[in-house]
Amino acid sequence: MSIPLLSTLIFFPILGGLSLLCVPRTQISTIRLMALFVSLVELLLTLPLVLLFDKSTYVMQFVENRPWIEVLNINYSLGIDGISILFLLLTALIIVVSILVSWESIKDKVLEFFVALLLLEGAMMGVFCATDLFLFYIFWEAMLIPMFLIIGIWGGPNRIYATIKFFLYTLVGSLLMLVGIILLYQNGGHTFDILKLAGQPYSLKLQLILFWAFFAAFAVKVPMWPVHTWLPDAHTEAPAAGSVILAGVLIKMGAYGFLRFSLPILPDATQLMLMPMLVLSVIAIVYGAIICLAQTDLKRLIAYSSVSHMGFVTLGLFALNQRGLEGGILQMINHGVVTGALFLAIGMIYERTHTREIAAYGGLASTMPVFAGFFLLFTLAAVGLPGTNGFIGEFLILLGGFERQPWVAVVAASGLILGAWYMLWLYQRIFFNEVKESMQGLMPLNLREILTLMPMVLLIFWIGLYPNALLGFLHVSVGHLLDQVHGVGLAGMMPPPGIALHP
Amino acid sequence: MIEAVAVNWTAVEPLIPELLLISVAVLLIGCDLFVPRQRQLLPWLTLVGCVTALAMVLGAQPISAFGGMFLADGYAMVFKAICLGAVILTALMSERFCRIIGLRQGEFYSLLLLSLTGMLLMASAGDLMVLYLGLELMALPVYALVGLHKREQRTSEAAIKYFLMGGFASALLLFGMSLLYGLTGTTEIMRIAEYIAARNLVDNPALLAALGLLLAGFSFKVAVAPFHLWTPDVYEGAPTIVTAFMSVGPKAAGFAIFGRVLFLGLPQLHDHWGPILAVLALLTMAVGNITALCQQSLKRMLAYSSIAHAGYALLGLLAGTAEGMAATLTYLTVYLFMNLGAFAILMLLAVPGESHESLDDCRGLAARNPLAAALMLVFLFSLTGIPPTGGFIGKFYLLKAAFAAGYTFTVVGAVLFSAISAYFYLRVVRIMYMSEPPEQAPVLTMDRGMAAVLGVCLLGVLGVGIFPGVVLDWTVSAIAGM
Repeated sequence: MSIPLLSTLIFFPILGGLSLLCVPRTQISTIRLMALFVSLVELLLTLPLVLLFDKSTYVMQFVENRPWIEVLNINYSLGIDGISILFLLLTALIIVVSILVSWESIKDKVLEFFVALLLLEGAMMGVFCATDLFLFYIFWEAMLIPMFLIIGIWGGPNRIYATIKFFLYTLVGSLLMLVGIILLYQNGGHTFDILKLAGQPYSLKLQLILFWAFFAAFAVKVPMWPVHTWLPDAHTEAPAAGSVILAGVLIKMGAYGFLRFSLPILPDATQLMLMPMLVLSVIAIVYGAIICLAQTDLKRLIAYSSVSHMGFVTLGLFALNQRGLEGGILQMINHGVVTGALFLAIGMIYERTHTREIAAYGGLASTMPVFAGFFLLFTLAAVGLPGTNGFIGEFLILLGGFERQPWVAVVAASGLILGAWYMLWLYQRIFFNEVKESMQGLMPLNLREILTLMPMVLLIFWIGLYPNALLGFLHVSVGHLLDQVHGVGLAGMMPPPGIALHP
Repeated sequence: MIEAVAVNWTAVEPLIPELLLISVAVLLIGCDLFVPRQRQLLPWLTLVGCVTALAMVLGAQPISAFGGMFLADGYAMVFKAICLGAVILTALMSERFCRIIGLRQGEFYSLLLLSLTGMLLMASAGDLMVLYLGLELMALPVYALVGLHKREQRTSEAAIKYFLMGGFASALLLFGMSLLYGLTGTTEIMRIAEYIAARNLVDNPALLAALGLLLAGFSFKVAVAPFHLWTPDVYEGAPTIVTAFMSVGPKAAGFAIFGRVLFLGLPQLHDHWGPILAVLALLTMAVGNITALCQQSLKRMLAYSSIAHAGYALLGLLAGTAEGMAATLTYLTVYLFMNLGAFAILMLLAVPGESHESLDDCRGLAARNPLAAALMLVFLFSLTGIPPTGGFIGKFYLLKAAFAAGYTFTVVGAVLFSAISAYFYLRVVRIMYMSEPPEQAPVLTMDRGMAAVLGVCLLGVLGVGIFPGVVLDWTVSAIAGM
C-alpha cells in the first residue's frame, strides 16, 4: 500500500478537529456539520481496510514503520491484525453516533466539545493501530486529556468529582504500566516493538512483575473488580456522548491491552495467573449484576451492568481457548454496540425529562411508542436473547469458560439470569405501569435521533444472525495468539484449538 | 625602556558571549541614566544582546580555555542555551508586567544580564574558583531582583530571606570546596578526580565531609528538600516576572555546577552520592507535590511545583550515567518552556493595582479568554507529564535513565508522586474550564511580547512532545563531548 491508510485514520480526525478552530465560535451549526462530516469521512476511510484486509494471515497488515526517536530505538510503527480491525470500525461508528446525539444537547462551548471529540477519536485510533509500545502509551495517555474535559465540562451536576476520580484512577494505573514498559525495554533487548518483544523468553519472576504492572493499567480501564469504582461515577456524570464513548470504546481498551500485551508477551505469567483472573471476572459478573438490582439511577444501573458484562469479556479472554477468546472479543464489540445504544437512548430521553431517577419514569410505552420499541430491542440484546448479538458472545464465552473450568461457567451463567432480571425489571418500571404526570406530552423521536439509533439496530441483528462476518476476522489472529500463549512447554497440556468454529 | 607586550586576544575568544553580555549590561545602565526618555528601548537591547550571545554559544566549537578553568563544551552549551532562553523569554514578557506593577526598568534589565553572565560562567566552570565566581555573580543580582519592587512588603522580606539563606548556602559550598582543596591540592575539577583515584581517597572521612557540604550547598541552590525552605516564600514574595526567571534560569545553572562537580570531580564517590540523591529526590518530590495540593495561591502552587520538578531532574543526576545527565538536560529544556509558559499565563492575569495570583482568579478563564485557557491547559498537562507534551518525554527519559542505573524504588516513587501532582495541576484546569467566570472579570490583554513568549513555549512543549528526537539527539551528543 502506498497510501498510509492507518496514519490517515489517526491524523485525519485530529487535523479535522483542529480545523474546526478556524470556524468562528458563534456559527454553531457549521461547527456541528463539519464535525459530522469529518467523522463520516473517517467512517468511510475504514471501508478500504475492511475490503483489503486479508483474513487468512495473522501477520500485521497495512504496516507503517518509520524511525521516530532513534536514540531510544523508538519507531513510529503501525499495523493491524484481525483483532484490532474490528475496534477501528467500532470506534469510527461510535464517534459518528456520539456527534449525532450531542447535536442539540451540547449548548455551551460547542466548538471545544467537538474539537475534543475528534481529538479523542484520533488518539483512540492510534491506540488500536500502534505496534510500538511507546507509541501505544502516548496514545493511551493522550486519550485521557479530551475525556477528562468531556466529562468535566459538559457533564452532570457531580461531574468534577467524577472526572477527577476517572483521571486519577487511570493515571495511576497507566504510570505503573509505564514502569513496566521501561522494565520490559531494559530486559527485552532495548526495543519497544511489540512483535519482537513477544518473541522472546523472559524469566517467570520478571513476567509476573510485568503482568501485575500491566494489570494495573488494563484492569482499571476494563474495569475489573475491585478497581471498577470510577466507572459508575464517570458514566453517570458524563454527557450522553461521553457515556457512549466510555462504554463503546474506552473500556474496551483495557481488554484490548490484555490481548495485545499481557497474553502474547507474558505467556507464562498469564498461565500462572489464570485462576485469579477468572475469579476476579466471575466476581465482577455476579457483583455487578447484584448491584444493578439496587440502583435507582438509570445511568448508574447501565454503568454497573457494564461492570458485569466486562466481567464476561475478561472471563472469555482468560479462558485461553479459541471459543472463549473469540467470544470475549465479539462480546467487546457487542457490548460497545448495545451499551452504546442504551446510553444513546438514555441521552435522548434525558433531554426530554431531565431526570435520571428510575422512579420518576412510568408508562413511556404509551407516550413514546417508537422509543419504547428501540429500547426493548436494546434491552433484549443486553440480556442476550438468541437472535441478537448479545447471545452469540455470551454463549461462546460460557462455552470457553466451561472448557477451562466448569464451575466458573456455572457461576457466571447466574449473571445472565440476574441480567435478565434487572434489565427487564428496568424496562417494566420505565415503560409500563401507569403514565406519570411528568411523562405526558413528550416529543416523539425525530428523524436525527432515529437515524442515530438505526445503525445500532442493524448491527445487533446482523451480528446476531450472521456472527461469522466478524468472527471471520478473528479466527486466524486468535489462533496465532493462542499459539503464542501456549507455545512454550505447555503445548502438550492443552487441547488443540478448534479450527473453524461456527456457533 | 618599555616593551610592548603583545596581548593574545585569541585567548579570550571563548569568553566573547559573556563579555558581550557584560557590555550590554553596562550599556543598559548608561542608557537608563543618560537617555531616560528612551526606556522602551531597554528590553529590545537586552533581547538583541541575548539572541546574539545565544547564536555565538550555539555556533561555538568545543574548547577548553585558560588552562582548563573555562570549559566551553557541549554540556556547557546546553545549559547556556537554557539560561539564555530563560532570559530571552523573561525579557519578552517583562514589558507589560513591569509597567503594571511599576518596576524600575533600567535596573531590572541590567541585573538580569549580569545574573545571566554569572550563569554562563557557572555552566562553563572547570575550576572551583570560576564556579564560585559564577555562582556569586549569578546570585547577587538575583537578590537585588527579588527586592526590586520596593513598595511591597512581601518583596523585602523575600529578598532578605533569600539573601541570608543564599549566603549560608554559599558558605557551606566554600567550606566543602576548601576541604576538597586541602585534600587534593588543586581547584581544577578534573584534576580532583584524578588525584582521588591516584591516592585512593574514596573512603577518606574528610572527603566525605566535603561531599556532604557540597551536596547541601548545591541542594540549597536548586531548592532540593530538605534545603528548600526558602523557596516558597521567596518565589511568592518576588515580583512574578522575577519568580518566573528564578524558577528556570538559576535553577538550571545550579544543576550545571551540581552535575559538573559530581560527574567530573567526584565520579568515584558515586556509591555515596547516588543513594543520597535518591533519598533527596524522593523527599523533594514528596514535599513539593504534597504541599502543592493544599495551596490557594497559584503562584505559591507553582513554587511548590518547581520544587517537585527539581526532584524529578535529580533522577537523571543520581543515575551517574551519561544517559542520566542527558535526561536531566532534556528535562530542563522542556521545563524552560512549560514552566515559563505557565508563569506567562499567571502574569497575563495581572491588572494594574492587583496582581491576581490566587487560584480563584483563574475562575472561568476558558470563557473570558479561551486561547489563554487552552495554552495554560497544555502547559499544565505538560507539567503533569501527560503525552503528547514534552513534559512526558522528559519525565520518561529521566525514569528510564534512573531505572537503567538500578534505582527501581526511586522510579516507582517518582511515578506515584507524579500521579499525585496530577491532582493540583488538574485543579487549575477545573477552575479554568469548569466554573463560571466572576461578574466584572477584568479583560485580559495580550501584548506582542507576551504573545511571542506563549507561541515559543507552546511550540517548545508540543515540539518536544511530538518530535522528541531533535532535542534528545542534541542533549545526547552534547554529553558525548563532555
